[in-house]
Amino acid sequence: MKVLVPVKRVVDYNVKVRVKSDQTGVELANIKMSMNPFDEIAVEEAIRLKEKGIATEVVVVSIGVQQCTETLRTALAMGADRGILVQTDVTTESLAVAKVLARIAADEAPGLIILGKQAIDDDANQTGQMLAGLLGWAQGTFASKLDPQGETVNVTREIDGGLETVALKLPAVVTTDLRLNEPRYASLPNIMKAKSKPIATKTPADYGVDMTPRLTTLKVTEPAKRQAGIKVKSVDELVTKLKEMGAVA
Amino acid sequence: MSILVLAEHDNAELKDATLAAVTAATQLGGEVHVLVAGHGCAAVADAAAKVAGVAKVLLADDAALAAALPENVAPLAAGLMAGYDAFVAPATSRGKNIAPRVAAALDVAQISEILSVEAPDTFTRPIYAGNAIATVKTSDAKKVITVRGTAFAKAATSGGSASIETVGSATDAGTARFVGAELTKSARPELTAAKIIVSGGRALGSSDKFHEYIDPLADKLGAAVGASRAAVDAGYAPNDYQVGQTGKIVAPELYVAVGISGAIQHLAGMKDSKIIVAINKDEEAPIFQVADVGLVGDLFTLVPELTGKL
Ligand SMILES: Cc1cc2nc3c(=O)[nH]c(=O)nc-3n(C[C@H](O)[C@H](O)[C@H](O)COP(=O)(O)OP(=O)(O)OC[C@H]3O[C@@H](n4cnc5c(N)ncnc54)[C@H](O)[C@@H]3O)c2cc1C
Ligand SMILES: Cc1cc2nc3c(=O)[nH]c(=O)nc-3n(C[C@H](O)[C@H](O)[C@H](O)COP(=O)(O)OP(=O)(O)OC[C@H]3O[C@@H](n4cnc5c(N)ncnc54)[C@H](O)[C@@H]3O)c2cc1C
Repeated sequence: MKVLVPVKRVVDYNVKVRVKSDQTGVELANIKMSMNPFDEIAVEEAIRLKEKGIATEVVVVSIGVQQCTETLRTALAMGADRGILVQTDVTTESLAVAKVLARIAADEAPGLIILGKQAIDDDANQTGQMLAGLLGWAQGTFASKLDPQGETVNVTREIDGGLETVALKLPAVVTTDLRLNEPRYASLPNIMKAKSKPIATKTPADYGVDMTPRLTTLKVTEPAKRQAGIKVKSVDELVTKLKEMGAVA
Repeated sequence: MSILVLAEHDNAELKDATLAAVTAATQLGGEVHVLVAGHGCAAVADAAAKVAGVAKVLLADDAALAAALPENVAPLAAGLMAGYDAFVAPATSRGKNIAPRVAAALDVAQISEILSVEAPDTFTRPIYAGNAIATVKTSDAKKVITVRGTAFAKAATSGGSASIETVGSATDAGTARFVGAELTKSARPELTAAKIIVSGGRALGSSDKFHEYIDPLADKLGAAVGASRAAVDAGYAPNDYQVGQTGKIVAPELYVAVGISGAIQHLAGMKDSKIIVAINKDEEAPIFQVADVGLVGDLFTLVPELTGKL
């Protein structure tokens, strides 16, 4: 079974983004970009499936600007087999991304598509579900455990009240939660090897997908700032303060 | 405009998250209907009919809907949307699982986790872990929206007198099957609904210590218990305790952060709390930048002392 993993290039999770003073967006010039952390988990899971002999090939896809090639190389260095860059300078909205991925799924016929549950830039948490909907496949979102059993895969999902397990008929879409696995670091030899792994470059037009955004961002602003409060020196002072504030009886 | 709100429930009880979604739907302007999709869930429909502002309840009661599998619920909802202009779901794990699939079926973008309704087609939503707020306008004829529960007041659970209409049975897509659930059992209030939350971080060091130090303080305050991701990853607390960008978003009256450093991903989930108290031995910890009251010191002595003195 082939496994397809879409990977998104996002602002590194350690960067504290700043809103541009003209409110058109956030400052992205000279900022460190990395693979979306949930996608690293997705790549790791796919590679583990290959190491267990369940997956035969791991194909990674990124949709976006030319520099997404770096994100694909990172995935290849971790152990993915080949990459597809769908190059576009247009803002990538989830629905359009899902449509491109659905077309790639039709070409590649993967048994599993593993995505991140959310990208940490837009925090939309929707691409995987949209993709599953477009394909009419089953979906196992927010997965903390993945257990393929022949024609089905059992997915343990992190839900509001705890955990839930669903059995999905393959092919299926899975989105990763943080506790699915701990992604490996690419070793230097593997980083070197990744340089010669193939990356095909495509455009959304190749897949007949119109990327025109449906949403317009009117402005981006800073959230209301919290003022740092006071420090107290003892538990007694804390209790007094809490009572004053009416926080405790 | 007519709006269909997806009810959050467990086939027995209507959950509060629905009430915030109803409020957001009301702000869109127009008639608000609530879809109760489940199995043996007539009591939920009755409760939804009493919610203020709800004009009609659609009850879809079918074995195929019992576990709220998106493979079965989304096609039903998308079909019903022929008669509606907007689909509104709470941004719960269930709402997030279903709504994008409805959006895809309708060929529209989803606007995720809205914080406010600026106009019927314009909304604010958090991006970058809440470090920026985007105002987005949609050009889609039909809208699919998920609603952040902490950002909208809850609609009243009484005062409404909606009619209940049974809608045609659902089909089982046959692609997914519910196997089982392990739900965290707790006598404490639910995290996203709690007025007070005590959260523990990596500093607790073990599951035993987490319970030994955090639980009594939470019990004393009648609080729900939360945790940082580090504490959950290390197995000190179950996954559904995680507060943050990729966990639960909370905004209680009082949030007590114990041995939590205050990483941006954690702050994203709790910085809208009314009063934040932090206990941390590192006076430089970023959590103090958002805390109303900070206490520097060792939690293993301070927390029992605080529990005793409250
Ligand atoms: C200020 C601002 C606000 C926006 N608001 C919205 C909005 O409300 N709704 C909306 O739909 N769009 C919005 N967008 C568009 C935005 O550009 C996102 O691309 C879009 O929402 C996708 O969401 P996400 O990346 O968070 O997807 P998610 O659904 O959070 O991503 C989940 C997974 O999908 C895969 N994936 C997503 N994108 C790609 C990609 N390009 N290449 C490969 N894999 C990918 C990855 O595996 C990822 O982990 C906004 C953009 C801006 C700048
Ligand atoms: C993609 C992604 C998503 C994430 N999502 C989330 C999320 O949703 N929620 C979340 O919480 N995190 C999230 N994180 C993780 C986040 O970046 C931090 O790693 C995490 O919040 C740290 O948890 P902590 O504060 O418990 O641990 P630490 O950062 O290790 O802090 C422990 C604190 O305890 C203090 N301490 C130690 N001993 C004592 C003592 N005896 N008494 C008092 N204080 C003491 C220390 O001074 C320190 O400040 C995410 C990370 C990534 C990459």
